Amino acid sequence: MLETDQFKINIGPVHPSTHGGLHVEAVLDGEIVTDAIVHLGYVHRAVEKIAEDRTYAQFVPYTSRLDYLATHLPTLGYVQSVEKLIGVEVPERAEYIRVIMAEFSRIASHLIFIGSLAIDLGATTGLIYCMRDRERIMDMFEMTSGQRLVASYMRVGGIAQDLPDEFIPAARSFIHDLPKMIDEYEGLIMGNEILQARLKGIGILTPEDAINYGVTGPNLRASGIAYDIRRAEPYGIYDRFDFELPLGTTGDCWDRLNVRVAELVQSARIIEQALDQIPEGETKAKVPRVIKPEKGLEVYHRIESSKGELGYYLVSDGGEKPYRLHVRAPSFVNLMVLPLISRGGKLQDVVANIAALDPVLGESDR
Amino acid sequence: MSEYSLEDMLQALQEQLGEKMEVSSDSFFTFLRVAPGEVLGLAKNLRENYGFNHLANLSSVDYGETFEIVYHIYSIPENDKIAIKTSVPRNKAEIDSVFSVWPTADWQEREVYDLMGIKFKKHPNLIRVLLPDDFEGHPLRKDFKMEGR
Repeated sequence: MLETDQFKINIGPVHPSTHGGLHVEAVLDGEIVTDAIVHLGYVHRAVEKIAEDRTYAQFVPYTSRLDYLATHLPTLGYVQSVEKLIGVEVPERAEYIRVIMAEFSRIASHLIFIGSLAIDLGATTGLIYCMRDRERIMDMFEMTSGQRLVASYMRVGGIAQDLPDEFIPAARSFIHDLPKMIDEYEGLIMGNEILQARLKGIGILTPEDAINYGVTGPNLRASGIAYDIRRAEPYGIYDRFDFELPLGTTGDCWDRLNVRVAELVQSARIIEQALDQIPEGETKAKVPRVIKPEKGLEVYHRIESSKGELGYYLVSDGGEKPYRLHVRAPSFVNLMVLPLISRGGKLQDVVANIAALDPVLGESDR
Repeated sequence: MSEYSLEDMLQALQEQLGEKMEVSSDSFFTFLRVAPGEVLGLAKNLRENYGFNHLANLSSVDYGETFEIVYHIYSIPENDKIAIKTSVPRNKAEIDSVFSVWPTADWQEREVYDLMGIKFKKHPNLIRVLLPDDFEGHPLRKDFKMEGR
């Protein structure tokens, strides 16, 4: 027998497969990973401290920058938490527009996921197709908010402005074309034998571990647990829509990919229903210019973001700025299982595991 | 999984803990306020006997003399929610880790330690998670001033 030493290989913080500034120290015994130590904080911007120094309304743009791949989702969670604190009824039309924007964000985020998973495993072309289609969503965001990546479109009490005339046709045409796009990904990405070999049976997360480690979102559903906050604790008007929860069976990276592909279809279904039902009317409720929730009020509000459970814990001291704001970032909690699912695998599987957990470092580091 | 309602559970807990537990609620949550020493026992009880298996959020607030630690806990099969609250004094900011009950507390407790400076006893690896290891101070404390402000 040859004697082997354990040695360490750094993946990141500057590495194309780390989705931002993620640093993973892989401890190797030969080719086998015995541990993966995750170092976070390379994109820490002290968002929670900044919040204590901004008014409730001023903080909205910061939320867009948490999960910049699904820009409307963190904003939705934040404005809804503030609305819960001050008890505002959001106009119907604004609620529908929020749902449409939130689901388009989810699709955009999942497209990045599919594309970046492909490119991380060497299938460069995959990314190009997903980026091409995501571009249409970015155009729609630009139409409505003037911003492509970090829209800050939602406001406490509603949304910034009504939809422009060209939005609904663009949205309908995207929904119409989505099945064709998915067919293309099926052939190009999911149908690729090498990609399948790199994902099947890799990074298995059992349902028990998923719950113990607080994993949420598509990663939890890939492990076979039908838990979605849109179902379990509907926020906004999510109780009005009909959609399914795609589930995985083995909880490996392949399931995590397929759950997200299936969620594209479900999000499109929700958007379609919302486009059919959307009423005319106001898009912003009357909200005091200076928002001052009562002293001692606090709320933990959570939404189903594209990454999982995104929660805001807000505490008010009666002033115009939050006394404390805590963001429960799904990427942060989900990354906790990376060492667990990487142990015993090969170094190349660590890259697949990172990509399949779909972390966004802007959110996990805050 | 035993059949129970939230009211039954609160009653049972109240009988066990008596005056050590104070129950309050607002329109969003039911809060169980206990002394720091009781948190681990209560957490175990909630997880093992009542199915509260999802520690969603573990956070802390600086109230000057004391730090408040809040645990927002959900039950995935039963779809219930509850919150535990406790206060630790500023000059002796430490509490038992709930890692043994919910492993997800691992990084969440590290974050509270990192940013608020609360020590979690018996945590397997209590080091900073977001800030550099040589950083001084705990920035979410109210006496930590931002530069230029």
